[in-house]
Amino acid sequence: MQQLLTTTLSGLTLGFVYAAFALALVMIWRSTRIVNFAQAPMAMITAYVALVLIDAGYSYWIGFAAALLAGFLLGSLVEWLVIRRVDASNPINPVILTLGLFIVFHSLAALIFGSRFRSFPAPFGLRGFEVGDTTVALTGFGIFTILAVLVAVGGLVLLFRFTDVGLRMRASAFNPEVSRLLGVRVGRMLNLGWALAALVGSLSGLLIAGGGLVHPSYMDPVVVYGFVAAVLGGLDSPAGAVLGGLLLGLSLSFVSGYLGSELVAMAALVVLMAVLLVRPGGIFGGIAERRV
Amino acid sequence: MTTLTVQGLTVDYGPVRALDGVGFEVPGGITAVLGANGAGKTTLLRTLSGLVPARAGTARLDATDLLRTPAEEMTRVGLAHVPEGRGVIAELTVEENLHLGALGARAARRGTASRFDLTRVYELFPVLGERSGQLAHTLSGGERQMLVVGRALLAEPSILLLDEPSLGLAPRVVAQIFALIRELVDRDGLTVLLAEQNARSALSIADRALVLGLGRVVADESAAALAGDDRLRHAYLGA
Repeated sequence: MQQLLTTTLSGLTLGFVYAAFALALVMIWRSTRIVNFAQAPMAMITAYVALVLIDAGYSYWIGFAAALLAGFLLGSLVEWLVIRRVDASNPINPVILTLGLFIVFHSLAALIFGSRFRSFPAPFGLRGFEVGDTTVALTGFGIFTILAVLVAVGGLVLLFRFTDVGLRMRASAFNPEVSRLLGVRVGRMLNLGWALAALVGSLSGLLIAGGGLVHPSYMDPVVVYGFVAAVLGGLDSPAGAVLGGLLLGLSLSFVSGYLGSELVAMAALVVLMAVLLVRPGGIFGGIAERRV
Repeated sequence: MTTLTVQGLTVDYGPVRALDGVGFEVPGGITAVLGANGAGKTTLLRTLSGLVPARAGTARLDATDLLRTPAEEMTRVGLAHVPEGRGVIAELTVEENLHLGALGARAARRGTASRFDLTRVYELFPVLGERSGQLAHTLSGGERQMLVVGRALLAEPSILLLDEPSLGLAPRVVAQIFALIRELVDRDGLTVLLAEQNARSALSIADRALVLGLGRVVADESAAALAGDDRLRHAYLGA
């Protein structure tokens, strides 16, 4: 019973982090039809920004805010300097480009921050709460993780559903040419989309790093899990990405808890293959009805 | 009244010349742009609204140089373009589509002196009001056409470019929409450039007509005169 609870709670916590990362992938996929493989190293770079500040004596929260801001700026910069200039008539070009960025960011991080493992602080306790004489696996940092992702998702929902900027961003993603004719500055909206996605990616990077170790590759497994979560949700659906992330976090936690942690990576790929074979549109993806 | 003046407009698609020295003036009212497939009607409209770059020539909307205005600024200089194939944003609701149109209006055109607000558009097209919360892809072809025209009006344009609004619509629906466009021109002083393959319907509401053939202007006269010109009709309009 206690193992079930522990497994479920740690799966949920992890699931929220995957959800955030998957959401970042989906936001970019929806607006620019690009799978951003550089998402993980971009988040990694911003985690180092936080770490440098924290090591210099600033509080965790200063580092946290600076990392999110750095993520926002980095996303905007990458879109403006690189993505915008690629000839996307062949869809493989931008994919290769983001893979190239993946390697570039890795090398930059190793060059600037070194490639050794460095411990990253957490703002809240990493020990489970004690209820009576049993320890529940939900930690203070776990609760913070869940709340932080919920706030980010809620903020994005409010932005996209209820503001003019959000409406312009959705319109630009769905139909750039018609949006331009309606006076929407589409380039600016796509840039903002990349910036916000990178911010959400940075958040997931900070949540993975908290209380653990960072090094230039620490986010790389999250690319796989985040991508699986996004595909699980249909790649086109932000709500699907969140649900896909939670589902994947739970499944992997159960595999790890009951079958063995060495099987987790394989389980993720089994889930990915099963979804692609049985429901290629994703569990939550409807029938494609785009670009009428 | 708004005047559109086009001179020597030339557009190339790679080695293919799509428009070759097109010149005309639209002093107001409805000007039909007629011609067969590939004559350059859509290219003309897309060049005027900044989607296609011109190789040479000028295009002015009153004092504005259209060829130096980016497509996303067009609604702010008073030009609205309803592209071929309707261009509803299928994944947004009817009301979101309309709201997006209103956001494109230039600040000075919004507010008190507004000729077209949401209430007016819902009066003109009651069916849009009934379906305001629905996703646009659930609309019929005629309803989509009403949506894109209504959305364009909300930008408070002085000139409206319509590309093949009759495409794929039942004749009854075409007649209804065309009658409404005529009414907007007469009542609200809107200027319309109407590209159509359906010459008969277009000529029935147009004041003037421009006939394009292989990227050149082959006729530019009153709609009534063109309707009576059998030779031109046979040669270029297949009617």
